[in-house]
Amino acid sequence: MSGPAIGVRAPEAIGTIGESAKRRRRPRRGGAWWAWLVFIVGATYFIVPLIATLEFSLRPEPPTRAYANVLADPRFFGSLGYSFIIGVITIVLSLLIIVPTAYWVRLRLPNLRPVVEFVTLLPFVMPPVILVFGLIRVYSRPPLLFTATDIGSSALLVAAYTVLSFPYMYRAVDVGLAAMDVRVLTEAAQSLGANWFRILWSIIFPNLRTAALSGAFLTLAIVVGEFTIAAFLARPAFGPYLSLLGRDKIYEPAAVSLISFGLTWLAMILIAVVGRGGRTRVEVGGAR
Amino acid sequence: MTTAEAPPLVAAPPAARPRRPRSIWAWLGVVPFFLFSFLFIGLPLIILLVGSLTLETGGYGLENYRGLSGPCCGNAFRNSIVLSLVTAVIGAAFGFLLCAAVLLGRLPAILRSSLMTFSGVASNFAGIPLALAFIFTLGNLGLVTKLIYDLTGFRIQETGFSLYSMAGLVIVYLYFQFPLMVLVIAPAIEGLRREWQEAAQNLGATPRQYWWKVALPILTPSILGAGILLFGNAFGAQATAFQLSGGTIPLATLVISSQMQGDVLFNPGLGYAMAAGMVIIMAVCITAYSILQRRSERWLRR
Repeated sequence: MSGPAIGVRAPEAIGTIGESAKRRRRPRRGGAWWAWLVFIVGATYFIVPLIATLEFSLRPEPPTRAYANVLADPRFFGSLGYSFIIGVITIVLSLLIIVPTAYWVRLRLPNLRPVVEFVTLLPFVMPPVILVFGLIRVYSRPPLLFTATDIGSSALLVAAYTVLSFPYMYRAVDVGLAAMDVRVLTEAAQSLGANWFRILWSIIFPNLRTAALSGAFLTLAIVVGEFTIAAFLARPAFGPYLSLLGRDKIYEPAAVSLISFGLTWLAMILIAVVGRGGRTRVEVGGAR
Repeated sequence: MTTAEAPPLVAAPPAARPRRPRSIWAWLGVVPFFLFSFLFIGLPLIILLVGSLTLETGGYGLENYRGLSGPCCGNAFRNSIVLSLVTAVIGAAFGFLLCAAVLLGRLPAILRSSLMTFSGVASNFAGIPLALAFIFTLGNLGLVTKLIYDLTGFRIQETGFSLYSMAGLVIVYLYFQFPLMVLVIAPAIEGLRREWQEAAQNLGATPRQYWWKVALPILTPSILGAGILLFGNAFGAQATAFQLSGGTIPLATLVISSQMQGDVLFNPGLGYAMAAGMVIIMAVCITAYSILQRRSERWLRR
């Protein structure tokens, strides 16, 4: 393909264009050697820690002992259940706040859009450790004494997770709203006599199902594994449980880590299934 | 606002729609969102900033920020920045290569979708389980440590390598860094239009020339932006390093953690200043990322 594509070379160039229009893939199959090399190095780095964790979890005699111990430990299901419930409450609260807001901003206050976007980005600026630092400073002294009771601390945990979920929840919902004609749907519903609650509940929410579900699974994946905020609020969540297990036991943490990886994987597969064809959503500042 | 409006007979463009008088009621719809955001992110942020400006001796000033370069915090900030920078550069370079390899290297299509799914999982598989997984891999009893010893009779620990050091943290952090790079950069690489390559070819460019003169300049804002995002991603990370080192490596996030458990800096104002300093660094990152993102969208919008 060297030399200017003019004059005598033109037919060849036209041939190239025609060919590439016919099929996107180049004729040479099998892939370039460098592509394979990079891929294999990357895949090795991805997979070796997982294999090592699996091998470690199977070291005791009999190999299933670590798993049996974990499954017999009430704290395992207790913490997993706690984190799951917190995750579900977070999702519901986040949707209840974000959906009406995103809808209302699109319908009535388009000028406010950049402001709302800016606010939803704030959690990126405040990593979890800073967020919980600030929250404890605000809510651990009268008159806003949240951290004194279990319910108060759990409420604070939900609030923190809800804030963390805002960036991708808002983006997911906003993309979902962009895909429908909000104004026409609203006017149609109004002319049929629906009130605002009914419009949101029967028109907007059902149309946002896909967007809301992918945001929900991502929230769940992050909340269930989150350590920092839960640990500093002294909550019996899954992250702190695994951290403690990692210090106390040898083989059981390997089993639980692998289970945790499986749960993350499940959440991602559900997102892929729900948002068929949609792009994998990028999330920053979760449970790292 | 409650009466039904007759739909316009002819669809008018939104701009031509007559402006409704903006009633105060319209603003009520966004009150829950702003109230919640204020209570649980605005208020903590304000408390941190005010605390960082409050001096031990009473009064307000920037003294606390001067203390950040002191023995306690300067080191922690330097470690955090070095760790984030190194993992961002390596993560961005390798993530880009991997993404380019899979999207443009004519690998089987199945590898492409599995890379994307796996990147989604790996970028979210972080914190405690990730730290543990690497202890089982490269720790003293880890599989790879054992394999190397069995095969060569050589303990990697003898080289001075430790998973619980900065070098170890780099290896572990990369596990969530470069999958994130793959996810962030994939749309940009996919956005390279085939027409551009064909146009370059027709003008006589070699593949190398196409990459250096066309593709990379178009991708530069995206790559730079993604790198900055990776930097922020590592900078704010706490759980992974906490589990690995138990707080023995001074990182900014770990010093703040200890400060929360007990006033290890012997000056509450210094703790606030550290937190505020991190917020400022993160804010710069996110702003730079948004600006670069907007720049790259100009080219890559389909």
